[in-house]
Amino acid sequence: MNLTRQSWALLTGRYLRQLYRQPAVIGITLTQPVIWLLLFGALFKKVAEIPGFGGGNYISYLTPGVVIMTALFSSSWSGMSFIEDMDTGVMDRFLTAPVSRGALIVSSLAYQAVTTVVQSAIIIAIGWGIGAGFPGGAGGIAALIAVSVLIALAMAGLSDGLALLVPQRETLIAASTTLVLPLTFLSGAFLSLQIVPGWIAGIARFNPVNWAASAGREAIAAHPPWGTVASYAGFLAVALVVTAAMSTRAFRLAQK
Amino acid sequence: MDEVTAAVEARELRKGYRSRAGEVRALDGLSFSAEAGTIFALLGPNGAGKTTTVRILTTLSRPDAGTAVVAGVDVLKRPGRVRSVIGTVSQHSGAVSLLTGYENLVLQGRLYGMPRKELRRRAAELLDQFGLAEAAGRQVRTYSGGMRRRLDVATALVHRPAVLFLDEPTTGLDPEGRADLWAVLTGLSAQTGTTILVTTHYLDEADKFAAKVAITDRGRIVAEGTSDQLKARLQGDSVLLELGDAGQVEQAGKALAQVPQVRQTTADGTVVRARVADGPRALPAVLAGLEAGAVPVLSVTVARPSLDDVYLHYAGRSFGQAERSAVA
Repeated sequence: MNLTRQSWALLTGRYLRQLYRQPAVIGITLTQPVIWLLLFGALFKKVAEIPGFGGGNYISYLTPGVVIMTALFSSSWSGMSFIEDMDTGVMDRFLTAPVSRGALIVSSLAYQAVTTVVQSAIIIAIGWGIGAGFPGGAGGIAALIAVSVLIALAMAGLSDGLALLVPQRETLIAASTTLVLPLTFLSGAFLSLQIVPGWIAGIARFNPVNWAASAGREAIAAHPPWGTVASYAGFLAVALVVTAAMSTRAFRLAQK
Repeated sequence: MDEVTAAVEARELRKGYRSRAGEVRALDGLSFSAEAGTIFALLGPNGAGKTTTVRILTTLSRPDAGTAVVAGVDVLKRPGRVRSVIGTVSQHSGAVSLLTGYENLVLQGRLYGMPRKELRRRAAELLDQFGLAEAAGRQVRTYSGGMRRRLDVATALVHRPAVLFLDEPTTGLDPEGRADLWAVLTGLSAQTGTTILVTTHYLDEADKFAAKVAITDRGRIVAEGTSDQLKARLQGDSVLLELGDAGQVEQAGKALAQVPQVRQTTADGTVVRARVADGPRALPAVLAGLEAGAVPVLSVTVARPSLDDVYLHYAGRSFGQAERSAVA
């Protein structure tokens, strides 16, 4: 099977080429996580000393959190490309060509996967540069990146589906902002769940962002509990399949 | 011609939408057939159902009832097969603006599974044919409206479709752009025998370029034929009378009813249109009738039947009125 002949691969290539032609977008998406790392790193520096946090270096704690948060933020805009394509007639052109609805979703997810891998790798490198430790080595880092891709794809599927059902930029912006920030703060991305109020810790147990943050943090530890990491990854994979299926289904509803 | 084959056939298409204002019937039993190798125009004002029809024929939408066949393939039963034999140009551009003209063509061709080498040749040929060879390496966002439209048509033709659908392709183009595009379409039809189905709300375009015209009004085809046939069926000319103010329209109608040569009168704003068998001959009687009714007339024009008249005749309202009521 020649992959480059598959329509999803062609469409992913199109997204990547578009991104490459917007250096400002690349610049902004790479600057943002650096700001998060430096800002939260300074702001919460002392929390690592709170009893129950487990001590240690806060940057080491924060870096996987920022990796996951950035993956989530970036992918929540995924549906914007669909809205843009619907407004400009590009979507109709693809839909009257022999391109399946599934291929359009897959191409969007594949593009998101590629950009998330690059983005996560860069954040990890910067975190390492400012003092984060990765005792688990390359295997742990690879697992953290993989988990960041899973949460990104689950979010992108949701964003794509929403964009198809309500093709308005304002709605998507409002929905993703409303969703993304609480999801991030109701997780252990920035603070250990040991020191947050019980109800937040309770909600976090069912929050996919927390699954990703926990799995990513466990994975880079010196002796990762691979079983736990794998089960979180499994939950995320289920979330991803559900949102991707929903967005493919949304195509049919959008085509009245 | 041995056999006339229909390249596009729509039968009894029905489609309703639910909107805030209630149920809107976009298509109300719309039927027509377009012969292979010709230019066929669906003519009608905004809201007549043209776009809905094209969306159904190009597999983007499904009707509530009715059937459609494109290039011998049942659109509802085998949409996938239809997609491979049609090309579409929608109202919006459809070109990816951050890609170059060449890249847009190549992406489209590859989606149809064309081999790279053949595709390179085909893209170069189309860019040349559509006067885009020099702009081929530029991103589409730098193109003018006319260039974009030409690229859209070129893109729709990459895989050599049997039937090309264009939905209001000249809307938003300047007169030069419109003329350019029509030159391209008529040339294409003559050289390759591609069937072209085009929707338009420009009467003059349908009149000049289409082999056959179907007049659409409120989700139905109210007349279908060559523009000459449609005009001939009217058997008559129009006398257009411009009045000083709209308040005199009713008075003019009463006065004209007394004139035996006048078969029908209609009004659009301050202009009253009297339909007569022979315009120049009936003119003195028409003017005498208005004078008898004491209706002052600002100007008089005698018009041979136009598609405007055809529209008025079959749809029961003028094209301008229909257009305005669609906007309101």
